[in-house]
Amino acid sequence: MAATSKIDPMHQFQIEPIVGQLGPNNPFAFTNSALWMMILLALITGFMLLGMRRELVPGRWQVAAEGLVGALDSMVTTSIGPQGRTYLPWVFSAFVFILFANFVGSMPFAITGVHPFTVTSQFTITGAMAVISFLIVLGVGFWKHGLHFFSLFWPQGMPVALKLLIAPIEFISFLVRPFSLGLRPFIAMFAGHILLEVFGNFIVQGINAGGGGYIVSVLCFLFVAFINALELLVGAIQAYVFALLTSMYINDAVNLH
Amino acid sequence: MELASAQVIGAGLAAIGVGAAAAGVGIVFGSFLQGALRNPAAADGQFPRLIFGFAAAELLGLMAFAVAMIILYAR
Repeated sequence: MAATSKIDPMHQFQIEPIVGQLGPNNPFAFTNSALWMMILLALITGFMLLGMRRELVPGRWQVAAEGLVGALDSMVTTSIGPQGRTYLPWVFSAFVFILFANFVGSMPFAITGVHPFTVTSQFTITGAMAVISFLIVLGVGFWKHGLHFFSLFWPQGMPVALKLLIAPIEFISFLVRPFSLGLRPFIAMFAGHILLEVFGNFIVQGINAGGGGYIVSVLCFLFVAFINALELLVGAIQAYVFALLTSMYINDAVNLH
Repeated sequence: MELASAQVIGAGLAAIGVGAAAAGVGIVFGSFLQGALRNPAAADGQFPRLIFGFAAAELLGLMAFAVAMIILYAR
């Protein structure tokens, strides 16, 4: 009976080579992750090209693109200051990439047999983006302030005994930043997709069981629909959080305190 | 006890942390709503701080979830 088959929610995160074969002699292959990143690149490029036609009366695409750029521009300028616009390209790229990756990964293409691969459900991707953010913070900090950048860990306006206690904590929290930054979008997508997979399986198993199983199936279907909506919200929030935290960390490096 | 049963029990215990993070996220949004209802004019300007507090509270729950998954699927 199919209902006894084991649920395998981890299979959807598997990176499989599409062209070529991974092996000890051939570490590079065109995988499904690479394919979906290409699709994301095409989507983002198309979106921006449609939005950058510079019409006098903006069309729908232009309003969408300008609204997105404007929102991130205001976020960067409020958190960093007037010179924050220098860092807009990276913040905007990271936001748009995570947003598109999360949304495309949640799309129900699986009905047609195409399984969308959520690129941000791999820690390598989000971790690499977090490392880029962290390197920008370090580079900007040392470039602008030299070794004075280390005063970031030296709190002000408290007794020296307390400062000695706070400084190591500040240092550790600074070092943990790239991990928490990269972990957040990754786990949010990972957890959501596991939940969807498990409850999607419950629908099928409930139908297979028959009788009271139909009630379980209907309830699980409603739950999956609700979780899908929540996934879209979480995907947008995680992209926003990544952009917000990146700009706040860059603010630390630019302005110290 | 068999390893598989121990794994399932451990994952279930680790998932308690997610509930704690849910309480934290609820406190963040509840406090924001309290403040926003008292001074609605200032509410929109605090949206980034709201999201930052949400992210900080949520991260711990996500970590609890990750630990649960690691325990559940460890070989």
